[in-house]
Amino acid sequence: MKDPLIVAGKSYGSRLLVGTGKYRDFAETRAAVEASGAEIVTVAIRRTNIGQNANEPSLLEALPPSKFTYLPNTAGCYSADDAVRTLRLARELLDGHDLVKLEVLGDPHTLYPNMPETLKAAAQLVKDGFKVMVYCSDDPIQAQMLEALGCVAVMPLASLIGSGMGILNPWNLQLVIDKLKIPVLVDAGVGTASDAAVAMELGCDGVLMNTAIAAAREPVRMAHAMKLAVEAGREAFLAGRMPKKLYSAAPSSPTQGTIATSGTIATSGTISSSRSKAA
Amino acid sequence: MIQVIVNGSAHRLESPVNVRALLEKLEMAGKKVAVERNGEIVPKSLHREILVEDGDRLEIVVAVGGG
Repeated sequence: MKDPLIVAGKSYGSRLLVGTGKYRDFAETRAAVEASGAEIVTVAIRRTNIGQNANEPSLLEALPPSKFTYLPNTAGCYSADDAVRTLRLARELLDGHDLVKLEVLGDPHTLYPNMPETLKAAAQLVKDGFKVMVYCSDDPIQAQMLEALGCVAVMPLASLIGSGMGILNPWNLQLVIDKLKIPVLVDAGVGTASDAAVAMELGCDGVLMNTAIAAAREPVRMAHAMKLAVEAGREAFLAGRMPKKLYSAAPSSPTQGTIATSGTIATSGTISSSRSKAA
Repeated sequence: MIQVIVNGSAHRLESPVNVRALLEKLEMAGKKVAVERNGEIVPKSLHREILVEDGDRLEIVVAVGGG
């Protein structure tokens, strides 16, 4: 495997992780996941609907856990206790599977993470033997705390969950990437392919997204676009971009041997006279 | 007659039953579900052994689409 994403000692060929929510049906979910090339898919844990159609298809049939790595999440949890209980249920549900996505939310309007509760839950889950990938703020100090607790990856938000606002603070993200040894994945806020590419160009190890694909006009096509963007961004990061220069233009073509007679603008006098008139 | 709370709703049962029997009653036997009883996980291997008793609070969950 070339340039794998390594999380908790396991290698993955794709650096794009996708959610499975908000799709029209399981067929579309499956088609989008396949087009994205993702190997890790997030799922939510919810109460069964007692008395509802017992034979309706299940997500586990559409996306067999034998083919995809499930990443059960704690979406909707607002306390450490609820998050820990949810993931203990997930581990039981998925036959001992211990790679999980922890998220403890602070506010139903922004879905911004509650970091004190997130840290508390992370400590408990690590103690319980979980491999914790954790949704967090883009605060480099708290990201370091999560790493010190034993989380296997941190996943700072680029902007609010479901907002599609892109990467609002590349500087903080850069700090998190520079400070941590464990993988850093952008989770939340990606709106379109360029956002994913920018995250990867900054040096993120991966990107996790759901709404950017599911809410696109053509989700399956956007899933493919995201696959290409993550790959392109990663390649650009590895290639190392040219330095930015505001001035001192260096032409890409030879400066010698042109048939032009002058290197300056022929009408410079006209330009300066019109400028003085305007002034 | 006993009463238990399953996923937040009250259910009446003739008598204490094991978790497996409760799942059958709720048409969830054989489904991929996980069960928590009074805050503790009930492992699949113990579904036939653990009894559901009066006043128990149970959570029965599945995996669904999510981000």
